[in-house]
Amino acid sequence: MDKKLVSFIVAGDPNIEATLRFMRALSKYSDIIELGIPFSDPMADGETIQKANVRALKGGMKVSKVFDIIREFRRYSSTPVVVMTYYNPVFNMGVENFVRRLKEVGGNGLIVVDLPVEEAGDYLSICRRYNIGTVFLAAPNTPEERLREIDRACSLFLYLVSLYGTTGVREDISNLAINFLKRAKKICKNPIYVGFGISRKEHARRFIEAGADGVVVGSAYVKIIERYGDSEETVRKLEEKCKELKEGVLEGSKNTLLRR
Amino acid sequence: MRFGEYGGQYVPEVLKPPLKELERAYKKYRDDPEFREELDYYLKNYAGRETPLYFARNLTEKIGGAKIYLKREDLLLGGAHKINNSIGQALLAKKMGKTRLIAETGAGEHGLSTAMAGALFKMKTRIYMGTVDMERQRLNVYKMKLHGAEVYPVDSGSKTLKDAINEALRDWVETFEYTHYLIGSVVGPHPYPTMVRDFQSVIGREAKRQILEIEGRLPDCIVACVGGGSNAIGIFHEFLDYREVRLIGVEAAGEGLDTDRHAATLLRGRKGILHGMYSYFLQDEDGQIRTTHSISAGLDYPGVGPEHAYLKDIGRVEYVGVTDREALNAFLELSRVEGIIPALESSHALAYAMKIAKEMDKDEIIIVNLSGRGDKDLHTVMKYLGE
Repeated sequence: MDKKLVSFIVAGDPNIEATLRFMRALSKYSDIIELGIPFSDPMADGETIQKANVRALKGGMKVSKVFDIIREFRRYSSTPVVVMTYYNPVFNMGVENFVRRLKEVGGNGLIVVDLPVEEAGDYLSICRRYNIGTVFLAAPNTPEERLREIDRACSLFLYLVSLYGTTGVREDISNLAINFLKRAKKICKNPIYVGFGISRKEHARRFIEAGADGVVVGSAYVKIIERYGDSEETVRKLEEKCKELKEGVLEGSKNTLLRR
Repeated sequence: MRFGEYGGQYVPEVLKPPLKELERAYKKYRDDPEFREELDYYLKNYAGRETPLYFARNLTEKIGGAKIYLKREDLLLGGAHKINNSIGQALLAKKMGKTRLIAETGAGEHGLSTAMAGALFKMKTRIYMGTVDMERQRLNVYKMKLHGAEVYPVDSGSKTLKDAINEALRDWVETFEYTHYLIGSVVGPHPYPTMVRDFQSVIGREAKRQILEIEGRLPDCIVACVGGGSNAIGIFHEFLDYREVRLIGVEAAGEGLDTDRHAATLLRGRKGILHGMYSYFLQDEDGQIRTTHSISAGLDYPGVGPEHAYLKDIGRVEYVGVTDREALNAFLELSRVEGIIPALESSHALAYAMKIAKEMDKDEIIIVNLSGRGDKDLHTVMKYLGE
């Protein structure tokens, strides 16, 4: 199976039109676009994405506008879109209402960072009913039995958090992550995508070589947006970064095949 | 574990195992006689329990209604009830083999009591505090540093208590292997709301024994302020089964409940999820958490403990609001007539008690939980009064 690149940005950072341009650029090399709903209290995010949340909210971003963005994006792209959010905005809109609207505009999946499987009973049956893919996270300290339970709750892919910490660019990838990935590969039925701290071709290649089915990149893009704002420069640099990461994925994939 | 529908564990996956570990340890030690004995030892000899239940004669006479008693948590080491919980959790963390404590703080009282516990039990301590709060509670910042704690300024969001919690959670996600997150109120994911309540319920147990000794009967009414709600749960819990005792939680109405500058979560909030719990929150129509305001940093929080949400829904506790101005008047009044400077947080409870005492009979009894002393607030009060 083809190895995937998932590219994350925050919806409305710094405005809706820019987000659409950025999504278009990223979709050239990405297999999935992950679109974050900005939240006032993003406790699982490091500084880079926190600031993006602030920019988006300051720019007047609303939850309903996320649906507008996806609807617009669908007019010219079939790249799958997965929405990443904290639970409160979803709960506030009503889970069923939220999921139905996401489906209506052409969204493909949903990640709710602070909704662990125990609390997700109704959520899961609603997502199933509307055919919205579910993604749950697992961390290196997730015990085996729990990992199986998380795997059962996922229908799109399992998001493996590569480290103990929040989102953000890191220098290197750890043995902790590689070992966990190998452990998870033996247990899980879903494709496993690794995220948190991945910002370079090298990182992507090594995770794919270690058996990941995909990698998720966020802060590396968001940093570009932070630096260059709503500009052509940003679009160009996002595309470059995305291309670089995709090359890492492809190289990793080739090396894996050669080894076999 | 839930309180009705409220509570739960809405956290990123990486925090599930450390919460499980904490839950197990707490279950193991909560009824362990040795642990209880050690905790009681420190509460008595270090923190200064038990605290008096003081009949505020002058205040009572001046108001001319019900008898007002003050549960003097302000006399504890550090000047607030927070130490009850900090010692309990720090001791537990020690048993769990943790070497580092982190905590959030608003008014600085919880940060201070955690810094003390860190010094006492020789643990590395870092306190997260919003920069707005650091400014209005400068004295407590200095005290924490004296005890060897690092005070980490939080400059994100509203730069107050809720943001300090976010930042402490981000720290814990990285460091849980050797760090205990010492949450200071009955908020956060399970088991915190239960555990903090248990450590604080010593207040109500003492108050009940004391009022029976002094008056030979239970009080008619107990009043406590509610931010996250730990001092209120602490004094209410022992009395929940006595339906004849009226329990009143006082929220910060700031500049008025009809303005957007208050922190009255139960009165004006809606159900939602933040900081790992399902409870009431002040939020906008989009589910974004709102910025709050109160003259007292300790009440300046857009959420409330899940057990309070439950007690409100079942009607066991009444929740009311008191404005900045009313709290300040109570602060001045108690200072003048009793020679006791109450914390601005506790002044909210006091203000409401003074209001209802007037309409009550002279043989009726009100207990106010005087959860802290007001030395830390002098700067704020002077500024407010333009002095």
